[in-house]
Amino acid sequence: MTTTQEHPANPAASDADRPIGFGRIQRKEDPRFVRGKGHYVDDITLPGMLHGAILRAPVAHARLVSIDATEALAHPKVLAVITGKDLQGLNLAWAPTLSADVQAVLVTDKVRFQGQEVAFVVAEDRYAARDALELIDVEYDILPPVIDARKALAPEAPVIRDDIEGRTNNHIFDWEMGDADETDAAFAAADVVVSQEIVYPRVHPAPMETCGAVADFDPIDGGLTLYETTQAPHAHRTLYAMVAGIPEHKIRVVSPDIGGGFGNKVGIYPGYVLAVVGSIVTGKPVKWVEDRSENLMSTSFARDYIMQGEIAATKDGKILALRTNVLADHGAFNATAQPTKNPAGFFSIFTGSYDLQAAHCKVTGVYTNKAPGGVAYACSFRVTEAVYLVERMVDILARNLEMDPAELRLKNFIRPEQFPYANKTGWEYDSGNYEPAMRLSMEMAGYDELRREQAEKRERGELMGIGISFFTETVGAGPRKHFDIVGLGMADGAELRIHPTGKAVVRISVQSQGQGHETTFAQIVAEELGIPPEDIDVVHGDTDQTPFGLGTYGSRSTPVSGGAVALVARKVRDKAKFIAAAMLETRPEDLEWEKGRWFVKGDPGVGKTMAEIALGAHGTVALPEGIDGNLDAEVTYDPPNLTFPFGAYICVVDVDPGTGHVKVRRFVAVDDCGTRINPMIIEGQVHGGLTDGVGMALMEIIEFDDAGNCLGGSFMDYLIPTAMEVPDWETGFTVTPSPHHPIGAKGIGESATVGSPPAIVNAVVDALAPLGVTHMDMPCTPARVWEAMQGRPRPPV
Amino acid sequence: MQIPASFDYVRAADVDNAIALLERHGPEARVIAGGHSLLPMMKLRLARPEWVIDINDLTELDFLVREGDVLRIGAMTRHTALLESAEVARLFPIVTDAERVIADPVVRNRGTIGGSLCQADPAEDLSTVCNVLAAQVIIRGAGGERVLSMPEFHQGPYETAVAQTELLCEIRFPVRPRSGSAYEKVERRVGDWAVAAAGAAVSLAENGTISHASVGLTAVGLEGTVSEAADILAGQQPSEELFAEAGRAAAAACDPMADQRGPVDYKRHLADELTRRVLRRACSRAAKTQEG
Repeated sequence: MTTTQEHPANPAASDADRPIGFGRIQRKEDPRFVRGKGHYVDDITLPGMLHGAILRAPVAHARLVSIDATEALAHPKVLAVITGKDLQGLNLAWAPTLSADVQAVLVTDKVRFQGQEVAFVVAEDRYAARDALELIDVEYDILPPVIDARKALAPEAPVIRDDIEGRTNNHIFDWEMGDADETDAAFAAADVVVSQEIVYPRVHPAPMETCGAVADFDPIDGGLTLYETTQAPHAHRTLYAMVAGIPEHKIRVVSPDIGGGFGNKVGIYPGYVLAVVGSIVTGKPVKWVEDRSENLMSTSFARDYIMQGEIAATKDGKILALRTNVLADHGAFNATAQPTKNPAGFFSIFTGSYDLQAAHCKVTGVYTNKAPGGVAYACSFRVTEAVYLVERMVDILARNLEMDPAELRLKNFIRPEQFPYANKTGWEYDSGNYEPAMRLSMEMAGYDELRREQAEKRERGELMGIGISFFTETVGAGPRKHFDIVGLGMADGAELRIHPTGKAVVRISVQSQGQGHETTFAQIVAEELGIPPEDIDVVHGDTDQTPFGLGTYGSRSTPVSGGAVALVARKVRDKAKFIAAAMLETRPEDLEWEKGRWFVKGDPGVGKTMAEIALGAHGTVALPEGIDGNLDAEVTYDPPNLTFPFGAYICVVDVDPGTGHVKVRRFVAVDDCGTRINPMIIEGQVHGGLTDGVGMALMEIIEFDDAGNCLGGSFMDYLIPTAMEVPDWETGFTVTPSPHHPIGAKGIGESATVGSPPAIVNAVVDALAPLGVTHMDMPCTPARVWEAMQGRPRPPV
Repeated sequence: MQIPASFDYVRAADVDNAIALLERHGPEARVIAGGHSLLPMMKLRLARPEWVIDINDLTELDFLVREGDVLRIGAMTRHTALLESAEVARLFPIVTDAERVIADPVVRNRGTIGGSLCQADPAEDLSTVCNVLAAQVIIRGAGGERVLSMPEFHQGPYETAVAQTELLCEIRFPVRPRSGSAYEKVERRVGDWAVAAAGAAVSLAENGTISHASVGLTAVGLEGTVSEAADILAGQQPSEELFAEAGRAAAAACDPMADQRGPVDYKRHLADELTRRVLRRACSRAAKTQEG
């Protein structure tokens, strides 16, 4: 295995050395964004368009007694008020979720979380629609709610899902991975066993753009055009066809510019369905865009795992086994976006980057009276929770063994020669080389010097902490035989067309929410064909314009669609060879490729560029038998395995001993995402994810009071970090290409979100170590840190 | 987009016009200055004024002038102007300290001192600052002008002495010789409301003892200033022990409520800790100040 490493000086891109292929170039999509010319769902205005607004439940759990919309309907600008009863008539009151459950589109029987959709008003303008919500009179019969997940399975707990026949409790699933007996045996033989309850509280993706849709149903031809904030336009179209009974060829889903997704825009929300119903009912286009509070209170949350972790080791620091029992709060409906066979996502990768003898996890999912979802919030299908668990447990073990946490990790890494590595819960890690990344991060951070500084500060009573996290990601779902979402295999397509003048258009099935697809995918084609990236248009987001595929989430765009694009370019290159041979009146096997042209072996002066070949393909050259007169190709890529990016993060914090306030002073992030297509985009993704991590570690939480009121329903209450809370990020990288991916790339989108929270919390706990603190849960707000300093840390739920 | 209930809007030309508009449009009219409290409340429909009277054209209320032993500040003075004023920083560093931690630059560019005081949010920093500095406020109505002390002006959370048809026009800070002041806040994130904050102002006698002191607290359920702390400090030589005693008095005097920002004991602890810190800094500043 080859791993290269570098601590880059971050040179700016200059036009002079613009790479034709991989390298640092500015994003092709940015000119429109920096000029304010992006085109989002809310920018779409269609002739005669109406506006929808959703009436939401003010309480968490209540029997719906009656809805009286008379006054709202009397509003001069209101055209329709749709209730659950109306939807029952259309067989649309309930819709399937992405996790084999159903979710109410509008309440018919019972409210199950605060903010749930109760009625939909369609009016001439947005103001009237909002005003009319106050004219709807709803009577509720309040029921006791289930808020504490720990009590959800108690025999006396009210049954939330009495809509499901025979349901007598709030249990959703039990899911186990690994060998329990083998793990128990390893624990029994261990010198040291350490246990800790670790809570990853409920947080929210909180994209800058909230969710919304414009539905345009044509009553004449029965066609539906749906502009949506979706990360997965093709999957949505298929689901609408299955649920709404509109034939799939009559549905066009368009995902225009998307202002951030982070998993929040994977699922189908009642609002989208209601916009469609509104358009069918009124015969006009209907726009629905939620406000910030609606987004925070009702759309997919993330995390909400209560994890009981146990780690076993020898007394000299060889980690033997890991086990955990997890209580997963899934809210009122099991609407988690996960591959079908993985109800807890990829959580079973909780063995992390370590070579263990045994591991076992059990996850129990429960219903509560909270918003549904549990999405892949930049979490690679729950790898975030898994990495947080193992990286906290390893740190706690290091404390227990009085070992340096870096040393303990280095001692237990899976070694390079062990790859491909089969872990104890059924994953095959494709590649990895962990020690160089760990060493590089320590060198960049000046680890030994930091420890010396810490020792001096401790003498003076100052609280300085150094936190390490080493993560292995599991992304790029995935092989169709293992991974599907509601029966749709997780493959992706690509179509490439070279125009006669040698310019190109590549159509992809994944959809950018800010990741830079229009640049990255152009660079992949450029690398393969030698056509400059600026001459390659990337089309995405419109089901009428792009091939089928499952979309962008779980860091899967580069691992899956990136593979598709590389392969489709190679297909074109292979075809170009035949055409070039015809043009040069030679045999294809006599030609050799250099980036951008085929030439005659041994005679480099004689050859044809891609542009010349493209013109030849569309011109009058006599083409060989079986070669069409174009330079186009298409593929669907079914990856042979997942990819396993990894990284070593080191965080330095200072804690104010008098107030508990945490300041993140430094953060070193060394990432290995395999082949690096555009380092500038990679760094941007890492910066964003690290900022996200600071948010979760220090401030973000969606809390509920005992009555089930959501306490995080605005940005005054749900805090997200600003530039003031984050340090200058120090990034570095190693390169360990994926052996099975066409270009060796592994995906980077979620690495930093996955890897950074444990580094920060480990740093905070390390800072508080002189006070005897061994663990505290996120978020590390001043008050919660102070409580930990007083010797009484409090779980957030 | 969060959508307020429908309302009418009018732009006042000057102070007299603003007062006339308030009289004309009655009890459901609200004045808007920076708008950083009113607009979010309207969007959440927690405030539903029938009329919004915009006073952003009242440039006559945007001033900062020293007249003898008084610094006069117009009610429409933006936070940024206060933050950037060298004279304010020299005379009343507590103001600069506080302004540095009020929200973010976008809010400070728009928000005003008058708006902050009139909103009278319990977590509002400038109310504490004005209390500590024993500010006077000038309120105008159709009948003329009233001059009030802060205890007269500030009547409780979200309540002030400004009548529906009156306008807060000016704030006056008395300049004291050999004085220093400071403010410190703990917040979960920049721009969040204070978990707790404390402000202090002290004047030193020739012999270095504290001739006058004032301590105020933010967001911990205490109106006005901590008189117990002032009593402890008066006539004493500044020392860590003295600050600690004043801190304990501040903690005992406050009455915080538990919320997402923290439990009662933590906030009480902050009242103590932050009081010590601001006294330490205020005394150190006072000692360095020669001129009044």
